[in-house]
Amino acid sequence: MPLSAYLTLSAILFSIGMFGVITRRNTVGILLGVELMLNAVNINLVAFSRFHDTEVGMVFTLFAICITVAEVALGLALVILLFRMRKTAIADHIDWLKG
Amino acid sequence: MNPEVLGFWVLAITLIGSALGVVLTKNLFHSVLWLALSLVSTAGIFLLLDAEFLAAVQVLLYAGGVVTVVVFAIVVTEKLVGETIAHTSKRLAGGAMVAAALFAMVASVISRAELAITRPEATAEATRSIGVLLLTKYLLPFELLAVLLLAGLIAATYFARPED
Repeated sequence: MPLSAYLTLSAILFSIGMFGVITRRNTVGILLGVELMLNAVNINLVAFSRFHDTEVGMVFTLFAICITVAEVALGLALVILLFRMRKTAIADHIDWLKG
Repeated sequence: MNPEVLGFWVLAITLIGSALGVVLTKNLFHSVLWLALSLVSTAGIFLLLDAEFLAAVQVLLYAGGVVTVVVFAIVVTEKLVGETIAHTSKRLAGGAMVAAALFAMVASVISRAELAITRPEATAEATRSIGVLLLTKYLLPFELLAVLLLAGLIAATYFARPED
């Protein structure tokens, strides 16, 4: 398959993830959408790396995966904290900064 | 039809189908299971691109780690609230429009760019080169990553601490 096929697949995945982030009301659901988007980016990185015959993109993907894992752990810790303080998981209900 | 093309289409359809499952199902738990399927098919795409090591990392860290953590979070939060979490979506039409516009933009760039049609011959040493690069050129980011993971670990345990 040409490189453009992989890039298109990744663009579709990114758009679906974006759709999830916009439409989900639950914070965990939004986080799952972000996961999909990050995953799409990883596919892009690996595809470029493979087609340009260099491993740097794969190293970068490795970093991206590790950082994503840290991000998920922190994000879910925040969700649990919000649950404790607000008893809600709906992103619209978290409006403390509204004056 | 050669195996690479066939594998690509099978994986692409699984990937897109499971991604739609993640954003469209009503049940949050089912969403996470769809996410696991899409992460495993991404590992398949990595295999197609001759990145065996990354495929293994993807399955272990993402499909193993992330999905487990998310399931734990759902279980804990459901218990705290005492009822099933509402997992509805809103503004579906607007979201679909934004996503479609984003895809159209990226697709137009892809169609105009001059991209490689064929890939160079696979070198069997990809994993080896990743390891060498990690411990030579990218040693500093690698060590910083360790600091980041430690900070994340401490922060997560601090946030999720029992109430005092």
